[in-house]
Amino acid sequence: MAAICSLYIINKSGGLIYYKDYGSGGRMDTNDSLRVASLWHSMHAISQQLSPTTGCYGIELLEADTFDLHCFQSLTGTKFFVVCEPGTQQMESLLKVIYELYTDYVLKNPFYEMEMPIRCELFDINLSQVVQKDRVVLLGR
Amino acid sequence: MQFFGGSEISPSPPTLTVSGNNAHMMYVFNRNGVCLLYREWNRPLHTLNAQQDHKLMFGLLFSLKSLTAKMDPTSAERGNLGVPQLPGQGCSFHSFRTNTYKLSFMESPSGIKIILITHPKTGDLRESLKHIYNLYVEYVMKNPLYTPGTPIRSDLFNTTLDQYVRSIA
Repeated sequence: MAAICSLYIINKSGGLIYYKDYGSGGRMDTNDSLRVASLWHSMHAISQQLSPTTGCYGIELLEADTFDLHCFQSLTGTKFFVVCEPGTQQMESLLKVIYELYTDYVLKNPFYEMEMPIRCELFDINLSQVVQKDRVVLLGR
Repeated sequence: MQFFGGSEISPSPPTLTVSGNNAHMMYVFNRNGVCLLYREWNRPLHTLNAQQDHKLMFGLLFSLKSLTAKMDPTSAERGNLGVPQLPGQGCSFHSFRTNTYKLSFMESPSGIKIILITHPKTGDLRESLKHIYNLYVEYVMKNPLYTPGTPIRSDLFNTTLDQYVRSIA
């Protein structure tokens, strides 16, 4: 049983640039994952409009009946979000680690074009290591 | 009340002065998206006019519901994105949190949606929303002068609600 079900990275205009599935529920088809990503982008923006006070940066945690969705937005507007089991802890720190990997292995890759889908082997390898390590930590407790 | 860690990037949200000053606003919608009740206790920022604000809130809930139904990792049969979900059908959600507020959401089987917006560090409010739904049943639905689907104008309901919200948040 995996704590993390899937990971999405969307660029600042709402396009899906990375999607990885770790769950057992079956992979979402490509069109649906693109739609879900852009829907999340707009929901994130609308939640800022509805804030009762100033300085709202959008949804950080969505608690659904069967999963939790943690979202992290970088200063440049790239959003990282993971779908995990309800009540999973330390997802904020995992998202920050993933962000670090993104800056190291994607942004510093000279062949990567900004805002385009991520196809970097080193990013994939390191990401799966981090997720695997996280899973081991969760199982150990 | 339960407190969990907030995020570091957020500017300090409105400080908790005394308990009871913690809820921002509340919405009640029926299944057609008509705003039956809007209560506001503490809302310094208004970005839109009231009607637009209600529409946007209903739209946000509708879309988030179809999003969660589509993303549900536990079931394989998830339908199509954007198809309206009946109350109780598909995976729904009960709250979301931003750095400045927390929105708790409940939908009754008849499609009444109760939305309470509180301080981001408020704990789980599912039971409180059920209690508010009970108040609605007692003070609004059992009122013979109330026509279903019209905005709620009941002082008794409002005062009881204010009292209750002050006690929870």
